[in-house]
Amino acid sequence: MQPLTNKIKQVDRKPMTFMEKLYLPAIFKGMTITFSHIFKKKPTINYPEKQRPFSPVFRGLQILNRDEEGRENCTACGLCAVACPAEAITMEAAERQQGEEHLYKEEKYAAKYEINMLRCIFCGLCEEACPKDAIYLSETFTPADYQRKQFIYSKDDLLIPHPKENPDAYQKALGNRPQKVSEN
Amino acid sequence: MMLLSVDISMVLEKLLLIVVVISASLVIAMYTTFAERKVAAILQDRRGPNRAGPFGLLQPLADGLKLFFKEEIIPAFSSKFLFILGPALAMLTAMMTSAVIPWGGTIELFGRKIDLQIADVNIGVLYVFGVVSLGVYGIMIGSWASNNKFSLLGGLRAASQIISYELAMGISMIALLMVTGTLSLKEMVDLQQASYWNIVYQPLGFLIFLICAFAECNRTPFDLPEAENELIGGYHTEYSSMKLGFFLFSEYINMFISSVIMSTLYFGGYDIPFINEAAMFSPNVVAIIGIAALMAKTSFFIFVFMWVRWTIPRFRYDQLMYLGWRILIPLALFNMLATGGAVLYFK
Amino acid sequence: MNITTLVFILLSVMAVGSALMMIASKSPVHSVLWLIVVFFAISGHYILLNAQFLAIVNIIVYAGAIMVLFLFVVMLMNLNADTEPIKNYRLQLIGVISGGTLLLIILSAVMKIDVEQMVEMKTGDAGLIKSLGFNLFKNYVLPFEISSVLFLSAMIGAVIIGKKDEITHEG
Repeated sequence: MQPLTNKIKQVDRKPMTFMEKLYLPAIFKGMTITFSHIFKKKPTINYPEKQRPFSPVFRGLQILNRDEEGRENCTACGLCAVACPAEAITMEAAERQQGEEHLYKEEKYAAKYEINMLRCIFCGLCEEACPKDAIYLSETFTPADYQRKQFIYSKDDLLIPHPKENPDAYQKALGNRPQKVSEN
Repeated sequence: MMLLSVDISMVLEKLLLIVVVISASLVIAMYTTFAERKVAAILQDRRGPNRAGPFGLLQPLADGLKLFFKEEIIPAFSSKFLFILGPALAMLTAMMTSAVIPWGGTIELFGRKIDLQIADVNIGVLYVFGVVSLGVYGIMIGSWASNNKFSLLGGLRAASQIISYELAMGISMIALLMVTGTLSLKEMVDLQQASYWNIVYQPLGFLIFLICAFAECNRTPFDLPEAENELIGGYHTEYSSMKLGFFLFSEYINMFISSVIMSTLYFGGYDIPFINEAAMFSPNVVAIIGIAALMAKTSFFIFVFMWVRWTIPRFRYDQLMYLGWRILIPLALFNMLATGGAVLYFK
Repeated sequence: MNITTLVFILLSVMAVGSALMMIASKSPVHSVLWLIVVFFAISGHYILLNAQFLAIVNIIVYAGAIMVLFLFVVMLMNLNADTEPIKNYRLQLIGVISGGTLLLIILSAVMKIDVEQMVEMKTGDAGLIKSLGFNLFKNYVLPFEISSVLFLSAMIGAVIIGKKDEITHEG
């Protein structure tokens, strides 16, 4: 039969020589190999203290964005929910009332906004679909939890910290995300 | 009362020595478990335990604590007394050997000369050998009492393995006894201090002894009695909590003790080579340096135990028996004959 | 009542008691374990007689090797109290008679000994390795060598039995 590759290596079935039968040289060779590993660099990183940098395309937990004055960007247009292939996003829209201008950027806002993290596949299509730069994927993992219902993240869990009231946490949540050039 | 006619201070001295030696070997065995994990990690380019305490130094304490708090399960159809006796015996036989080991020279304290050896028996080597041969009982009794097929298989493997390798070990020791002409470990160390270490006269004997020591301690490549992936832990399959801890711990004590024995028999015990330390320091300092020297040699051997464990895979059972009966015993017999001839020729 | 006598009594009670337990216990494994205790008691007696070498050899050979094999076999055969065959009366009678006869012989032999001299404890060097070696290789060299030839032939026999399978398998 024609071999498919030229990588075939015939097994050496010659009887062992005396030196090979002693086994000890082979054992010592193995011992030196393991010994040499003492001096090798250890690839392990001490995780919580040191963290590997994420790649720029990393997609983690979703965050609902605010603008510089702390107003929510989301207008509850529902494009993200439509784009979502896992159907993880649900929302309820509401109209902005008088005196709520400092809370919501436009006349319509999301009264309820939920993402089921057990369904979410972190594809990032919601981020792509959003016309208002209201949702983006951050550089954090979904933490483990004890109950299923705790994986349904509500608006409180998703909203970015207020940039004025809590600027440090806001900057931290923003992360190294390349700032989108907003259209307006 | 005639009972109290013994020398009270001597009894106190020996008692103190026993307490010190036993607790020291327990602590050392404890840290050997830590060292095992660290060495394994380093040989495999990992970091090893480093969370409990600085550099993970409290890890053995955490492990022990965990074992204490685990649920204790005694199988319903086991023989309860024997089930508990098994690990207890394993621990006892592991600790007993330390009685005849000379840990150092003589210390002068409060005007008394204290030998750093619990009992200088004139049959020290044979005592060690006897206790080692008893070591299998803990495993056998524990494995049988578990009423589990895997346990029993592990126990039977342990028994046949230890008996097989004891022979070669004994014969290689006989060759050593021919060279030294004494059975007392203390005298052996004194002899080695005066001239060369025994390894110079008995390299082949040492190699056989080393291999047999691996087998007697159930260490890889001879860890068939507990073979995790074929016997699910072998003789300690049914054990939990601190009784399992005793079994695991006795293995490490055995390893420590056999390292000490090897350094005492073949590597001069508490002797420091090429230096006449007795002329340089006061006797107490010499004794302490001697203990340090013995511990240095011992830690080297413990490292070798671990090094081999993480290098060489486990033998198959027939290979184990082949090595023991068809290679080591004839080799040991040949070594004994050659040694006997040499002793006759040179004396 | 000094400490030696106390230890002697303790060891004797231990030896006789565990020997009785060995006969009385139903499980063969327990019997083997009691027998091991007997060997330890006897080794203790050897030490009291200043025969450390004999004591330790007793432990190495009997407790350390032979009894391990016994235990090995008993464990493998899985003998339990309920698998023990029920013996008929005739067999039991024969056993009682033969055992009783042996007891009578031993008793009569023991009774005939006139106690001239008590056993000396902690003295004598008959059991020490040096005197034992001299005795074996000077006074009793012929019986020693004959028994060693016996052992050698047994060893060779074992090897041949072990090899037989292999030869027929290959041939």
